[in-house]
Amino acid sequence: MSDSKKKYILHLADNALILGHRLSEWCGHGPVLEQDIAMSNIALDLIGQARNWYQLRARLDEADITEDDLAYLRDIRQYRNLLLLEQENQDFAYTVVRQFLWDSYHHALLSDLMDSSDQDLRAVAQKSFKEVQYHLKWSSEWMIRLGDGTEISHQKMQTALNDLWYYADECFVSSEYEEELVKNNVITDPSILAKAVKKMREEIIQRATLDFPEEVYAQRGGKEGIHTEQMGYILADLQYMQRTYPNAKW
Amino acid sequence: MKTESLEQRFQDRIDREERIEPKDWMPEKYRKTLIRQISQHAHSEIVGMLPEGNWITRAPSLRRKAALLAKVQDEAGHGLYLYAAAETLGISRDEMIEQLHDGTAKYSNIFNYPTLTWADMGTIGWLVDGAAIMNQVPLCRCSYGPYARAMVRVCKEESFHQRQGFEILLTLSRGNREQREMLQESVNRWWWPSMMMFGPNDADSPHSQQSMAWKIKRFSNDELRQKFVDVCVEQAKILNVTIPDRDLKWNEERGHYDFGKIDWDEFWRVVKGDGPCNRQRLKARIDAHENGAWVRDAAMAFAKKQSERKQAQKIAS
Repeated sequence: MSDSKKKYILHLADNALILGHRLSEWCGHGPVLEQDIAMSNIALDLIGQARNWYQLRARLDEADITEDDLAYLRDIRQYRNLLLLEQENQDFAYTVVRQFLWDSYHHALLSDLMDSSDQDLRAVAQKSFKEVQYHLKWSSEWMIRLGDGTEISHQKMQTALNDLWYYADECFVSSEYEEELVKNNVITDPSILAKAVKKMREEIIQRATLDFPEEVYAQRGGKEGIHTEQMGYILADLQYMQRTYPNAKW
Repeated sequence: MKTESLEQRFQDRIDREERIEPKDWMPEKYRKTLIRQISQHAHSEIVGMLPEGNWITRAPSLRRKAALLAKVQDEAGHGLYLYAAAETLGISRDEMIEQLHDGTAKYSNIFNYPTLTWADMGTIGWLVDGAAIMNQVPLCRCSYGPYARAMVRVCKEESFHQRQGFEILLTLSRGNREQREMLQESVNRWWWPSMMMFGPNDADSPHSQQSMAWKIKRFSNDELRQKFVDVCVEQAKILNVTIPDRDLKWNEERGHYDFGKIDWDEFWRVVKGDGPCNRQRLKARIDAHENGAWVRDAAMAFAKKQSERKQAQKIAS
C-alpha cells in the first residue's frame, strides 16, 4: 500500500510540475498582457502544488531526499504525469483546451481527495482546491469565449479539441497503484469520477458551440512512465542545471 | 488666459510641489515628455520580461523557478500600471504598442543583452534592478500624480527583486569554483551596460534640464550613476566579486569612488539597433502581438455578442 501511495503522490506532483512548466513557457509571450499574467498565475499555483506533493513524497522516503531530487534527478520513465499535460503549447487554443480538459478532471479529483481516508492526501488536496476552482473558471470561460468568438477562433478551438481529445481520457484509466489505493479505500476509482467530469466537459463544449469530438482510443502510458516524445525535451530544459553541475547548491 | 500665464501658474504649482493630475492644464511639451518617458518605461518592463523569461524553464530548483516566474510576472504587472498611467495623458495602449513595434518608441537598452548563464538571473537583479531602483525611487515624487503613484508600487516590488538577485549571487559566491567563476563572468558582462542605464553624461543629455525644472526628474544622470557605483562597490565586497574597472578607486577628496570611461560608442550603437539582441527582442514582442490578434479579436466579438444577447433578452421581456 505504501509503495502505491508513493507512486500516486509522484503522479500528482508530476502532473502539476509538467503543466506548470509548460504554462511558464508562455511568460512574456501571451496574446495580451492580462492573459500573460493569468497564465503565469496558474503556472505558479501548479508549481506550488507540485512542491507540496514532492515535499510530502520526500518525507515518506526512507532516504534523505528533497523536493528537488524528485523534480530534477529522475529519468523519463520515472515521471508519472498524464500525457495531456506534456503536450506542447502550440497556440493559445491548444493551451486553453489542454487546461480545460485537465482542470475539469483536476477539480473532480481534488474534491474527492479532500475526503480521502489518508490524511496526507487530504491536506494537500485541501490546500490546492481553491486555486483549481479558479483555474477551471478561467479555462471554461476561455473555452466559451474562443469557441463562440469569431469564425477563426472557433476553427482553432475545434482543431485543438479534436487533436487533444486523444489524451483527454487517460486520467480515467487506472494504473496499478491507483487500483490498489481504490481497494484500500484511499481514493475513488477514477472511472467513477469520469461520469461527472464528462458531463461538465460536455456542457462547456456545448456552450462553446464546438462539436463534441468522435470517440477515440484514449492514449495512455503516462501514469506508468511511457511518455510522448515531447517529454524528453521538457526534461532537457528542466534538468539542464542539475545535470550540468551535479551536487551544486543554488 | 494667455498661454504664457498658464505656463507660469503651472510652473508655480510644480515649484510648490503640488501634483499635476490628468484633468489639470499642462503644457503640451510636458504631456509629450511624460508620454515618451512613461511609455518607454512600460515598454522596458515588457521587453525586460524576455531576457529573464529565457531562464524560467531552466531554473535550477523549484524554489528558484517559482521566484523567477513570480518576478517576471511582476514586470508584466508593472507594464500594466505604467501603460495605464500613460493612458491618462491621452494615448491608448494600442498606440503605444504600435510605436514600440515600429521603432518610434524605445525601451531600456540593457534588455538588448543576452542572458547566457543562470548567474545572469542574479546579476540582473543586483545590477540592473539596482540601477533601475536608483532611477525610479525619485520618480515616486514625480510631479505627475498617476506616474508617481504607479512608481510607489513598482519600487516596492523592484527592491524585492533586487534582494532576490543579490541572494542568487550570494549563493553562488558561497558555492564551488564553477559557481564562483559563473558569478564573476556574469558581472564582467553586465557591469558596463548597467552603468549605461543612467543615460548619457549630463552635458550630453538634452532633455534633462527641462525635466528637472518640471520635477519629472530629480537627480541628474551623473549624480545617480555615482550613487550606483558607490553602493555597488561595497556590495561587491560581500559577494567577493571584482568590478571590471581598473580605474575604480576611492577619492578621499570627493568622498566618492572614481570610475573609468564608459564606452559611449557601444551605448549609441545599441540604442540605434545594433545591440546583440535588439532584433530578437523586438521580433519576440511583435510575434506575441501578431499571434495573439485572433485571441483579442475573438474576445471582442464574444463580448459584443453577449451584450447583444442581453439587449435582445431585455427587449423580449
